[in-house]
Amino acid sequence: MTKLLKLFTGCLAVLVLMAGVAKAEPTKVGFVYVGPTGDHGWTYEHDQGRLAVEKAFGDKVKTTYVENVSEGPDAERVIQQLARSGHDIIFTTSFGYMNPTLKVAKRFPKVKFEHATGFKRADNVSTYSARFYEGRHVIGLIAGKMTKSNVVGYIASFPIPEVVRGINAAYLAAKNVNPAVKFKVIWVSTWLDPGKEADAAKALIDQGADVLMQHTDSPAAIKIAEEKGIVAFGQASNMKSFGPTAQLTSIIDNWGPYYIDRVQAVMDGTWESKDTWDGIAPGMVGILEFSDRIPADVRKMAGDARDAIVAGTLHPFTGPINKQDGSLWLAAGETADDGTLAGMNFYVEGVEGSLPN
Amino acid sequence: MDLTILILQGIIVAATPLVFAAIGELVVERAGVLNLGIEGMMILGAIAGFAVTYDTGSFLAGVIAAAFAGAIAALLFGVLTQVLMANQVATGLALTIFGLGIAALWGQAYSGASTDALDAIHIYLLSDIPIIGPLLFSHDPLVYLSIILVVGVSWFLNKTRAGLILRAVGDNHDAAHAIGYSVVGVRMMALIFGGMCAGIGGAYLSLVQTPLWVENMTAGRGWIALAIVVFAAWRPGWALLGAYLFGGVTVIQLHIQGFGVDIDAQLLSMLPYIVTIVVLVVISRDKIRAKLNAPACLGKPFFGSS
Amino acid sequence: MYRLEPRKEISYLLLYLTPVFAIVLTILAGLVLFTLIGKPPLQAISIIFFEPLGDLYAVSEMLVKATPLILIAIGLSFGFRAGVWNIGAEGQFVAGAIAGGSVALGLYEVEGFWVLPLMCLAGILGGMAWAAIPAFLRTRFNANEILVSLMLTYVAILILSLLVHGPLMDPDGMNFPESRIFHDAAVVPILIEGTRAHVGFLAALVAVAAAWFVLSRHIFGFQTKVMGSSPRAARFGGFIENKIIWKCLMLSGGLAGLAGLIETAGPVGQLVPSLPVGYGFTAIIVVFLGRLNPVGILLAGFVMALTYIGGETAQIELNLPKAVTGVFQGMFLFFLLGIDVFTKYRLRHIKPSKTVAGE
Repeated sequence: MTKLLKLFTGCLAVLVLMAGVAKAEPTKVGFVYVGPTGDHGWTYEHDQGRLAVEKAFGDKVKTTYVENVSEGPDAERVIQQLARSGHDIIFTTSFGYMNPTLKVAKRFPKVKFEHATGFKRADNVSTYSARFYEGRHVIGLIAGKMTKSNVVGYIASFPIPEVVRGINAAYLAAKNVNPAVKFKVIWVSTWLDPGKEADAAKALIDQGADVLMQHTDSPAAIKIAEEKGIVAFGQASNMKSFGPTAQLTSIIDNWGPYYIDRVQAVMDGTWESKDTWDGIAPGMVGILEFSDRIPADVRKMAGDARDAIVAGTLHPFTGPINKQDGSLWLAAGETADDGTLAGMNFYVEGVEGSLPN
Repeated sequence: MDLTILILQGIIVAATPLVFAAIGELVVERAGVLNLGIEGMMILGAIAGFAVTYDTGSFLAGVIAAAFAGAIAALLFGVLTQVLMANQVATGLALTIFGLGIAALWGQAYSGASTDALDAIHIYLLSDIPIIGPLLFSHDPLVYLSIILVVGVSWFLNKTRAGLILRAVGDNHDAAHAIGYSVVGVRMMALIFGGMCAGIGGAYLSLVQTPLWVENMTAGRGWIALAIVVFAAWRPGWALLGAYLFGGVTVIQLHIQGFGVDIDAQLLSMLPYIVTIVVLVVISRDKIRAKLNAPACLGKPFFGSS
Repeated sequence: MYRLEPRKEISYLLLYLTPVFAIVLTILAGLVLFTLIGKPPLQAISIIFFEPLGDLYAVSEMLVKATPLILIAIGLSFGFRAGVWNIGAEGQFVAGAIAGGSVALGLYEVEGFWVLPLMCLAGILGGMAWAAIPAFLRTRFNANEILVSLMLTYVAILILSLLVHGPLMDPDGMNFPESRIFHDAAVVPILIEGTRAHVGFLAALVAVAAAWFVLSRHIFGFQTKVMGSSPRAARFGGFIENKIIWKCLMLSGGLAGLAGLIETAGPVGQLVPSLPVGYGFTAIIVVFLGRLNPVGILLAGFVMALTYIGGETAQIELNLPKAVTGVFQGMFLFFLLGIDVFTKYRLRHIKPSKTVAGE
């Protein structure tokens, strides 16, 4: 009997020891990317966020990523493989991963999931996105002031709410400082096709645009702007190497702090499902230093707007704003609620053309 | 400058990669070989051209490297399909998969890099002529090369003995073989030419149209080149026209949107494909005329049993 | 001086051995590749090729990935025997998904055992309708089916995108381009509990068995063989060429459409714009890998599925770039296609003096 007891305690000791060892195991963090890490746009910045996590925690984390994961039938398998291979928290970084993420999350209740840009949550699924429209407001102001031809070119990908929101925010800001401004929007129906993005940029320039904005992933447009001697704004990352003089500033997707925060929460056992929609103030949306090409007064104006957004005294969608068809959307002084913004499917008054579909 | 001229210039830039790829594939198909690996050869040309230009600073070196990369890929295809008699459809698809993979691996070191665009050559005096000047005499050297290639191929196929042999090989390889021509040899030459053209077409994308490297940046243009060859009914001049039409639809669609005309982008994007089908039907309808156009031995394996 | 000489009969031993040789050569080339890019070669090979095999979960995932490949490849194999080159199976796959998916969305929240079969039927008909275009244009206007079917693939993908951005968009989906999630009655049931393996795999098995039967026992199998090896004999033999073209395209279109529906109503569960991920093209490779033989196609479907899943595992465990999967698949095919020649030809040593003129 004592022998057995000894054996038992011995086993227990071993188990405790093993548990101790297991405790020292690094926290495993997985990332699923929709594009290649070298796109220099959306996926690139998520990967920068991953590297920030590695830098912040060193040996205490192990990060993994899978790139070029199609949003179709393969997504669920990749997410599930990450969950199965012992990842503690998994970031799925594209809208199309929403339902696959939820399906896998159901099967792995102990694993934490973080889905970017979606709207469905669960006990172990959080969602997060950035208020890029705040950045769009700032660059819209600059664009309105910088354009001489009063034509701003906008290269758009797909008419999803995030893109529509960006167009509206930038237009309203530009219109505010330059009532004569016009936006020309071209939909290229792709996130990443440098050739087509470049063609669109050229078409906009040919039609008189002297400031370019884009909501696609490659630095093609800024490269064309540099070539043609006009100005443009970087998208998602600092695209200065592609347009040293053309880039006025850039809206930076800064995921690092959020990722560090969430990984820390997993380590501390305080992770909870929530919806995060952060803007410039918490640092999720960054505005790159303004180029000297922008006149000092405009720089100051844009900087003030940025500071006002940070301080919470300025909301880019503050009434009076009419919808494109002339109907009232926001009365004077009223600000847009997050629900409407999240599902935005209309242009504001003054934007030309109609939304595809 | 007049907007029409600018639009036409934009079309030329968008169409030039297609001109290169299509004229190469046209020669290959005229020799009786169907190489579906254009996309793979183009992307290899795109990365080779970009990498070498970036490292050496020389466009010429980049373009030569691109042609060389395309030729190597085509040679691989040639050995498999001509010497080892592998199925051409399957080998072409494999070449595309392989090329996209190799290019992506190679290109990892070049993400975020960028070079200057190739300058236009303004031909002395001529480029100053209104309208015609900017339209015809103010392009980068590769545009001129593409036109020269089309003219050259047309002359070669129709006016030279070697061209006659190449067509004979494509139309009836057994007869050509019986007369004593090396079917495999001719086809290998044609394939290497096609590979070089596709490679340069890819390099045009990564060096001129958008001087940067992004994975999968050919985005299906190799397949469009394939369609253009059929659209052209295997005639070089028509291939040039076809490429400009395709480029034209792409660019004009963007301009229409810029003008604020309500038209669905996806419907417009379908247009080139549907037009190709219609043209294909029109040229194939008459069986006898179709025979005059299409190389009779296209895609058929050849074994020289001496 | 060596030259190739036709064998009197195809070497069946080699026919079955070439895929094995190709795998061995690919592994060897892979060792070189991994050494070159500085990854542990043996470990990488074992992760890609062998690790997925030792685990029920990975095997179930292989079933999921292989199902559409096998279904499409079986359909294509008849046409490829007969020299009917449908390379637009990807488009027919999408057409089937659109047709079947529309039925599912139209009958949203309708219960009934008949919903799924109706969707399958719609999927098959959708794929057939899309394949009927190249069939009609080929038989009526002599238009090359390779190019027509390829062009139609792009059209189908754009139509799918158009629909999920418009009429089929989820009304509660915050305007994102995807459909509602299919109702429970419109979802393909799971085959192995706790995994994603679904009943669709059984459909693939049925297709394999049926194809085997048709090829060995049915006149249609014979006709396709004759037409492929000698179209003129087929005409003399009294088979009507156009009928065979129609049958081949209907068969491949229907199966591709079914595969599209099964993928939509199975692993995905809704219509999304990025549904097509190249199954239709990969299936062409599967057909050749499987030597146009139904059982071969079944095995080849698994091998291809293995390289995808192994590639993903390698990405997770070794941080290998995704591109490596493509390089691997490409090499594998090159080796297979390259050594395939020896099933039909043998290498003969010839003394240079005996070289025939014209060689």
